[in-house]
Amino acid sequence: MTTLMAILIGTFYAAAIYMMLRRSVVKLVIGLILLSNAANLLIFTVAGLERGTPPLIPKGQDVIVGAAADPLAQAVILTSIVIGFGVLAFAVVLIHRACEVVQTDDMNEMKGTD
Amino acid sequence: MKPRRFNMRSLILNTGSSLLLPLLVLFSLFLLFRGHDEPGGGFIGGLVAAAAVALKLFAEDYKAARDMLRVHPLQLVGIGLVLAALAALPALFFGQSFFTAQWWSVDLPIFGHLKLSTPLLFDIGVFLGVIGAVLTVVFTLAEAEHS
Amino acid sequence: MDLEVLVALPIIIPLLLGAISLTVLSNHNAQRWIGAVGTALLLFSATALLLQTKEHGIQVLEVGSWPAPFGIVLVSDMLGAIMVMLASTLGFITALYSLKTIRKRFERFGYYPLLHLLLAGVNGAFLTGDIFNLYVWFEVLLVASFALLILGGERAQMEGAIKYVTLNLLSSALFLTAIGLTYGLVGTLNMADIAVKLGSVDDQKMVTVIGSLFLIAFAIKAAAFPLFFWLPASYHTPQVAVSAIFAGLLTKVGVYALYRVFTLIFTADTGFTHEVLLWMAVFTMLTGVLGAAAQFEIRRILSFHSISQIGYMMLGLALFTPLALIGGIFYIVHHSIVKSSLFLTSGLIYRLGGSFELKKLGGLYRKHPGLAILFFIPALSLAGVPPLSGFFAKFILIKAGAEVDSWWAIGIALLVGLLTLYSMIKIWNEAFWKATPEPTPPVPAPTRNVLIYFSIGILAFITVALGIFAQSMYEIAEIAASQLLNPAAYIEAVLGRGSQ
Repeated sequence: MTTLMAILIGTFYAAAIYMMLRRSVVKLVIGLILLSNAANLLIFTVAGLERGTPPLIPKGQDVIVGAAADPLAQAVILTSIVIGFGVLAFAVVLIHRACEVVQTDDMNEMKGTD
Repeated sequence: MKPRRFNMRSLILNTGSSLLLPLLVLFSLFLLFRGHDEPGGGFIGGLVAAAAVALKLFAEDYKAARDMLRVHPLQLVGIGLVLAALAALPALFFGQSFFTAQWWSVDLPIFGHLKLSTPLLFDIGVFLGVIGAVLTVVFTLAEAEHS
Repeated sequence: MDLEVLVALPIIIPLLLGAISLTVLSNHNAQRWIGAVGTALLLFSATALLLQTKEHGIQVLEVGSWPAPFGIVLVSDMLGAIMVMLASTLGFITALYSLKTIRKRFERFGYYPLLHLLLAGVNGAFLTGDIFNLYVWFEVLLVASFALLILGGERAQMEGAIKYVTLNLLSSALFLTAIGLTYGLVGTLNMADIAVKLGSVDDQKMVTVIGSLFLIAFAIKAAAFPLFFWLPASYHTPQVAVSAIFAGLLTKVGVYALYRVFTLIFTADTGFTHEVLLWMAVFTMLTGVLGAAAQFEIRRILSFHSISQIGYMMLGLALFTPLALIGGIFYIVHHSIVKSSLFLTSGLIYRLGGSFELKKLGGLYRKHPGLAILFFIPALSLAGVPPLSGFFAKFILIKAGAEVDSWWAIGIALLVGLLTLYSMIKIWNEAFWKATPEPTPPVPAPTRNVLIYFSIGILAFITVALGIFAQSMYEIAEIAASQLLNPAAYIEAVLGRGSQ
C-alpha cells in the first residue's frame, strides 16, 4: 500500500510541475493545487498508514491500546488543507483580476515587470 | 467574447432555498456548538453558514445575499479574529500560560447544566472568521461578474 | 503572572489590533490611530522582550500549557528577539509613513489590518519553536503580503503579483514536503526535539536530502541565487510604504529561517550544506549588484540591491564561525533599517520630483537639501562607508572570512561593496546632482511632509547610531551568535533539563 501511495504521490508532484510549466495561468493554478495536495498526501503516508484504528482511548483506560492512526499528522494535514484552501482562493481571485487587467492568460505576455 | 451574465434564476431553487436557508443556518449553529467533543466545530459550521449565504446568492442575486448578511464580510472576519484572540487572554488572569483552556459551569433552572469555555469562544471566532473569509472571496467574484 | 507572556505579546498585539481595525473598516481616523498607536505598543513590547531575553536568557512559553514537545512552544532566543525588535521598529515607521501617503481608497480595502496581520505573521515566524507552526506563520504573512502587493490594482502590480504568488506558493509546498519528510523520520514537529532526534537517525543521507529541501524552500523566500527572480519582478510595483516593509522584512524572514534551521537542526553535515550556502551567497551578491547596475529606475535598483545584500547575510551563515554569525546578524539589522529607509526616501523623491526614473529626475539637491541628506546617509551606509552601520557589518564579515582563509569570498564581498557604491552614486548623480532635465515631470500637489521626513529621519538616525554605538550592537549580536552555535542551550530551554 505504501508503495502504491509513493507512486501516486510521485505522479502528483510530476503532474503539478508539468502543469506549472505550461504557459496558461489557469493551468498554473491547477499545478499549485496539485502540488499542495501532493504534499498533504506525503505527510499522510509518511506518518504511517493505519486502517480502521482511530486514535481513541477506550473507556476506563488512560492510554491508547494497540496500534492507532497518528492524529497529529491528520491535524497537520487538516491545517494545511485549510491554509491551502485560503491561499488558493486568494490566488484564484488574484488571477481572475489579473486576467481582466492584462487581457490575457498567457504567461509569456506578462513580462512588463521583468 | 462577451462574458456570460450571471443568471440562473429558477423557481424551484428559489422556493427551495427559502425552506433550506433557515435549516442550513440552524444546522451550522448545531455543528458549531457540538464541536468540542464530537465531530463538528467552528470551521465546518462556518462553511455551512457561508454555503447558506452563497445559496441565497445563486437563488436570488448578489444584492439579496449582501442584504441577508447585513455587515461587510471583512467586518465578520475582524469580529471573529477579535473573539479568537480574546480567547487566549483569560488564562493569564488565572496565572496560567497564555491560551490555556478555561472552563466554567453554569446551572440554569430549565436547561440544566451549561458548560462555557474559552475553546467555545475561540470556535465562535473561527465560525465568524470562516463565514467572513469565504464570503469575501465569493462576493469579490460575484461583484466581478456583476460589473 | 509570569513575564513569559512577553513572548506572546508581539504576536497577539498586532493580531488583536488588526482584527479590531478590521471591524471599523470604514472609519479612516480609527484605522490610522490604531495603526500608529498599535505599532507603538508593539515596539514597546518588543523592547521589553529584547531586554528580558538579554537579561535572563532564552524565554519559552508553552502555549495552552501543553508541555513541549507535544504542544506548540514560543521561544525567544536572542536572534528571535532581535528580529522581533527589528520587525516592530519597521512596522512603527511604516505605519507613521503610511498616515500621510496611503490613500483612503486603500484604507477602505484594508491596508492597516493587512499591515497588522503581516507584522503578526512575521513576529510569529521569528518566535515559534515548532516547525509546522513556522509554516503556518509563513502562510499568514504570505496572504497579507499578497493583498498588500496588489493594492492599487495596476497592470504591473498584477503581473508582479502572479510571479510573487506562484514562487512563494511553490516554496511553501516544498517547505511542507520537507516538514512531512522530517515528521516521517523523527515523529515530532518541535524544532528542539527534531534537533535531538535527528542525530540518532540511521539514514543520515536522508537527513541531508531533507536539509536541502529546507534550503531550497527558504532560499526562495530569501530571494537567494538562483531563486530570486520573483523579487525584482514584484518589489518595485506596490505602494512605497509596502515596498519598504517588504524589502526590510520579508526576505529577512527567509534568512532567519535559514539561520534557525541550519544552526539548530541540520548541523551534522555542514560540509555539504554550508558549502552550498557559500556558493549561493557569493553568486547572490554578484548577480544582485550586477542586475542593479543595469537599471535606471530607483525602486528597481533598490530591489536588485536587496538581493545582493541577502548574499552577505548568507555568507555569515555559510562561514559558520562565531564572528561570521555575529557579522551576519549585524548585517540583517543594518540592512533592514537602511533598505526600508531608502525605499521610503524613493517615495519622497517621487512626491517631490515627480518620477522614479533617473533620466527624468534631477536637481533635487538644490531644491530639497533635506531630502538629499536623508538619501545620502543610508546610501553610504548601504555601500559600507565608515562610520555608518554598513561599514561595521561588512567589516566583521570580512574579518570572519579572513580568519578561515576564504579569500575569494572576501574579494567578491569587497567588489560588491564597490559596485554598490557605484549604484548609489549613480542615483545621487542622476536624481540629486545633475541639472533638472526638460521637460520636468509634473509634481503632485505639495503636501505637508513633516511626518514623512520624520519617519525617514528616524531610520537614518538609527543607521548612524548603529555605527557609532557599534560596540553595543556587536555585544547583542555576540550573545545571539553564541546561542546559535550552542544549540544545546536552546534545546534545554525548550525541553527542560536532562533531555539530551
